[in-house]
Amino acid sequence: MSPDEARSKVLAALTSIAPEADPAQIKPRVNLRDQLDIDSMDFLNFALALHKEFGVDIPERDYPKLATLDGCVDYLCRSDPAS
Amino acid sequence: MADFVMPSLGADMEAGTLVAWHKNAGQAVRRGDIIAEVETDKGIIDIEVFTSGILEQILVPVGEKVPVGTLLARIREEGQTAEEKVAAPAISVDREPPKAPAALPAVAAEKIAGPAASSTSGDVTRLPMSPSARRLARELGVDPHTVPGTGPGSAITREDIQRAAAASTAKTPPSVSQPSVPKPQPPSADQASRMRAAIAAAMARSKREIPHYYLQTTIDFHAAETWLAEENLKRPMTERLLYGVLLLKAVALALQEVPDLNAVWEGDRVQVKEAVHLGVAISVRGGGLIAPALHNATEKNIDQLMREFRDLVRRARSGGLRSSELTDPTITVTSLGEQGVEAVYGIIYPPQVALVGFGKIVTRPWSVNNAIVPRSVITATLSADHRVSDGHRGGLFLSAVDRLLQEPDKL
Repeated sequence: MSPDEARSKVLAALTSIAPEADPAQIKPRVNLRDQLDIDSMDFLNFALALHKEFGVDIPERDYPKLATLDGCVDYLCRSDPAS
Repeated sequence: MADFVMPSLGADMEAGTLVAWHKNAGQAVRRGDIIAEVETDKGIIDIEVFTSGILEQILVPVGEKVPVGTLLARIREEGQTAEEKVAAPAISVDREPPKAPAALPAVAAEKIAGPAASSTSGDVTRLPMSPSARRLARELGVDPHTVPGTGPGSAITREDIQRAAAASTAKTPPSVSQPSVPKPQPPSADQASRMRAAIAAAMARSKREIPHYYLQTTIDFHAAETWLAEENLKRPMTERLLYGVLLLKAVALALQEVPDLNAVWEGDRVQVKEAVHLGVAISVRGGGLIAPALHNATEKNIDQLMREFRDLVRRARSGGLRSSELTDPTITVTSLGEQGVEAVYGIIYPPQVALVGFGKIVTRPWSVNNAIVPRSVITATLSADHRVSDGHRGGLFLSAVDRLLQEPDKL
């Protein structure tokens, strides 16, 4: 999966959790929880959406790697079973 | 014949707008079915029915805003024969109110059998007025039958009661020439500001009426955190737990030990509840707060509670809360740890008599086996109604929460 493709899927997952967020305004290196006022329940749902979309199992110890948009894209491209 | 009325879905709800009927007249309904949707200050709520039978007659059409307590529909209970239909209520804030303020709508004037719970004369349960206005009338010794309503659909508001009480104190007869103009509805008020207003009303009432006391304790969270990490490692992603669910279960079990905190204040006395329906404070995106019930929390295992917790948060944020979830909470639990604060001193949500707060998990120096070690701890607080319990009982409750969290596998 290309990074652009991964990015658009991550943004889709984020906007399903924070519908008011404008994907174009999400800063790639700033903590998503702070930018989007995401709590642990939102984050759990976000991780589950990524799990469903990318087919990867994300252990809790890897959650910090998903803290930013760039972090998510990087993590998911590395974990992509197809790559 | 059972009455299906506009429910009170919050401490200070005055009226609601019928936005959908899910059943037609003549259809069968079962206890627990969602038969209507009502728009309130807290969004659109699914309204459940508490009687099984046939939906005999729908009395309020979609689009109408009516006061709490208005008859919405009649249900012929199982085994009953059809009765004569009643006239549709004439109360609606979207229509012209009755010209004479004293003239009650047909259904509102209809009496129901049963002892009046109020000290004032007559049966006030059918007057178009919210429970909060009714309570105020009782407190101020005002007979609502003598009060002209100026609220939506001539409903009697808290202000009307206060005005009547003031007039009575001043030895002037209550004015019957109050203009019965419906209270202007803020046309541009968005949902967030209406929710803000509802929170403001409930919290102001709480601070006005409830003598709060506050307790705080720091709980060693090491065992819970360790157990949770190990447990989640074993689980598929879809079944992982959040630490919040451990807190909820510990609170529910601790309430079995100190049941006086699991109660509601009704009129001038406390009513202790057997079932523990935890009101879970959930922040709503865009501002605001709602605390719907996780029903029967003591009876559910941690997995079931987690599933319901997730579902409740989802529905609180995107719609689909049920009326019973708003009316049933027997205590509220709030966790502000994710916002980075260490402790929360909450305001009790009337008519409840207690609120439990949790702050964030922090690492602090802690004494373990006579050695100082870094340890994960969490601060638990209790706000409780001093009319109902004393600090001693509150202290026992927080101690129980602490003890229960030391054995997370037993929750």
